[in-house]
This record gives sequence, C-alpha cells and structure tokens, in this order.
Amino acid sequence: MDIVEILLKILFAILVVVVIMTIAAYSVLAERKVASWIQGRVGPNRTALPGLSAIPVLGRFLVRMGMWQPLADGVKFLFKEDPLPGHVKKWYYCLAPVVALVPSLSTVAVLPFGAYWVNGVEYPLVLANVDIGILFILAISSLTVYGIVMAGWAANSKYPYFGSIRSSAQMISYELAMGMSVIPVFMWANGPATGFGDLTLFGVVAAQKDLWLGIWMPLPAFVFLVSLFAETNRLPFDMPESETELVGGFHTEYGSFKFGLFFVGEYAAMAIGSAVFVVLFLGGWNFLPTFGFLPDWVANPWATWGWFGSVVSVLFFIGKTLTFIFLFIWVRWTLPRFRYDQVMNLGWKYLVPLAVASIIIYAIVIALWDTAVTVDHIKPETFGPAPQ
Amino acid sequence: MEIADYLPVLIQVLLAAALAGAILMASHVFGQRARGNYIKDKAYECGLPMEGNPHPRFGVKFYVVAMLFILFDIEAVFLIPWALIYREFIASHIPILWPVMFFIGILVLGLAYEMKKKGLEWER
Repeated sequence: MDIVEILLKILFAILVVVVIMTIAAYSVLAERKVASWIQGRVGPNRTALPGLSAIPVLGRFLVRMGMWQPLADGVKFLFKEDPLPGHVKKWYYCLAPVVALVPSLSTVAVLPFGAYWVNGVEYPLVLANVDIGILFILAISSLTVYGIVMAGWAANSKYPYFGSIRSSAQMISYELAMGMSVIPVFMWANGPATGFGDLTLFGVVAAQKDLWLGIWMPLPAFVFLVSLFAETNRLPFDMPESETELVGGFHTEYGSFKFGLFFVGEYAAMAIGSAVFVVLFLGGWNFLPTFGFLPDWVANPWATWGWFGSVVSVLFFIGKTLTFIFLFIWVRWTLPRFRYDQVMNLGWKYLVPLAVASIIIYAIVIALWDTAVTVDHIKPETFGPAPQ
Repeated sequence: MEIADYLPVLIQVLLAAALAGAILMASHVFGQRARGNYIKDKAYECGLPMEGNPHPRFGVKFYVVAMLFILFDIEAVFLIPWALIYREFIASHIPILWPVMFFIGILVLGLAYEMKKKGLEWER
C-alpha cells in the first residue's frame, strides 16, 4: 500500500467524521425543534450569523429555524470555563469523555453507506470492508460503557457513581438481546444467492434486494430497535442520567466541552445505530424491495448513472437514517422514563427470550424454505467462498 | 482479508482520539479562567454539603447481572459461526437444525432456571 493510497484513506476518514459530526450536531437542533413542536412551543428560532439576513434573496431562508444553533452551542461550550474540580480523579476524569466518544466514531469505519457499480457489479462505499462487520460494531460500540463507568468513578461523588453502575448493568443486559437479534439476519444473509461465511454488512444489504429483512423478520427488528434505544441511553431507557433522581447521572461533575463530548458521543452513537438498523433491516441504500416479481432495477434504479448514482445511493441511505433519528427523538418526547427494575425486567424477561424464540423460529422456517424451494434449484458448484 | 484491510479502522480510531483530544485542549485553552473555591472543589449534591462515602455500597444484583451476561453472551457468540454456515449445511444435506436446537435448548433451560431462582427479580 503506497503513500497516496493511505493519504486518500485518511481524507476519506476525515470526510466521514465531518459528516457524522454534522449529523450529530444537527440532530441536537432537531431534538430541540421536535421537542418544541410536540410541546406546542417554538423552539430555537433566532440564532443566526450577523449580517446573514442582509443577503438579498437567500438571506431570509438562511436565518430560519435556528439553523446556526449548533454553531452557537459549540462556541459556548468552547469558551465556557473548563472546570477541573478538586475532588475528582484528574487523569480518568479527563480521559472519560474521550473514551466515550472514540467508540461511537470508530464503528463507522466498517459501516457501508453507499455503493458504486463497475460493469454491473456492486461494490460497497465503506472505509474498511472487513469480514467481521457486525461483530466489530457490537464489540466496539459496547466499549462506550467504559467511558461512562470511568466518568462515574472518577467524579468521586455519589450520584455519578450510581448512574454509571446502573448504566453498565443496563448496557450489558441489552447488548445480549441485541447480539442475539442479529443472528437470524446473518443466518438468512449467508444464503446460496449471496455467498457464505462472512459477517460483512455489505453482504446483508446485497441479500435484501428481494425483500427487506424488516418485512420478513419483524421480531428481530423490533428486539434490535428496542435494544438500540437502551444501548444509546435514549429516553425510555436513560437510566445513566435520570435527572430527577440522580441530578445528572454520570456527567454531573462535568462541564464545558468535557460534557459536550459525552453529548456529541451520544448523538453520534444514535446516528450510527440508526444507520446500522437501516443496513440490517431496511435494505441499506436499496430503493425498494423487488419482492421477487418486480424488475431488478427497482432495487437500485441509479446503478447505471455512474458516480452520480453512488452519490444518490449515499443520500438515500442518509435519508433513511435521518428518518430513524426522527423516530428516536419522537419516542423520547412521547414516552416517560421506565423505572430501573422495569428496564431490567424488560431486557432479561422479555427481549432475551424473544430473541431466542426468533432464532428458533427463523432456523426452522429457513430450514423448511431451503429444503423445499432453494436446494433443488442451485447447482453444487455455485457453493464456495463469498464473491469478493 | 489481510491485515492491511484493517488500516482504515486504525486511521479512524486515531482520528477520533485526536479529534477528542484536540477539542479538550481547545476547550482548555480558550475557556474562561476563574479562581477555584471551597464549594467548587466539593462534589455537587444539589447544593448541600457532601455527606458520607462518595463510593457507597451498591446492590449485589449488579454482580449477578454481570455474571449472567458473561455466561449468556458467550453462548450467543457460539451461535454466530453456526448462523454463518447454516444454509450451506442445509443445502449440502448435513443435519444441523436439531443439534443446534439441543444447544439452544440448554441455553433456554439455563434462562428458565435463572428466572425460577428469581435471579432476575429486582424488587426483593
């Protein structure tokens, strides 16, 4: 691998991080706007750069909707006092926000977010097309809990401590249901049509040309979605910072951009979680499922448009992801918080058994389907390693 | 799959860490300066003086949950290689459904036993 290639990869990585951070920043704004609309308020609506409204035609639109609020928030975080209270464990206190942010930004490295086509063959647009895809994402995203535990422990105070203990128990419980709910997906995706034996997310998307898995596997999709809410500490499950009982939870003692990093990390995790859900259950960048009888171009009508088609596929993928971010926000401002024992009951007594049941059901259904339909129609020589 | 394919992952991790570090440094450099005082250097407990041990004892339930998590997560990981070759085995007429049902059955038995022993009850 020569130096130019590495530089290109670095540029690509920077681009992806910029996009993720922008989405995270603007989902904070979206959160505030949606909250205010749900509650019949106006929300942030007048933050603007000075002089923007003087631009003749465009200016009126550039100052609408509190469009510059994320910038203002960032500047405020930057110029506030950066407190380092005397009672905290200083090194871990400073390290914790970094540890909380890095996993959520790292998982995006294996996430395919679009495709390009060369001579009709589809290739993924992804930073690293590693064959352990979903395992990498599950493993790395669960490292976020270290940031939270470290923050709660380093803050050297009761409430952050309880918040972090609760959070770690909650996150590992739901990780179990999450890890089990993706097994039917990969059972199906490693089929005769798409090649065997890897965990790439690109293979999952390729397996969804005919039917999005959310349609024919609603149960695992539901379990995965609920676990995603719990893993990203979104509201029905935001035990770590239940502010009515724990002040602010694990980030009580944090201020300035140290708090901001937790905040950005949470929103980045939410954005990437939505993207993973879209890849696993909603066909990634595929336009519509073909259901087996629609013409093939329905799955990717932009496959023949050259580079513009890739751009459209990425935009379509981001659009699907944004829909899910909206769902996250909507749920947050609709449901009240669970009590802690309810959270643990839901995780262990309902979601884990549901996930196991879905593994059993889909194992039997796929076995019946394959023996009845698929096996007799494929030639033995088509089996082999996955096409690269 | 070579080790070089994982280079972008390394780049991404380093980039994320550098970004977080740079933001923290910038916040430290540009942030307002203020003198610390006695109250600021104490843990925040809604304005009251801090009381008791900052790391109090917590329920043993959390240990139980962590232990159960390790057991069940390892079993879930054992299912992943099975899921990858499942349809291939079916296509080659190798029996795979019932052996794995035996494995999952043991897993379910464990879960049922754990519930019967009230290992998952939080209100006790």
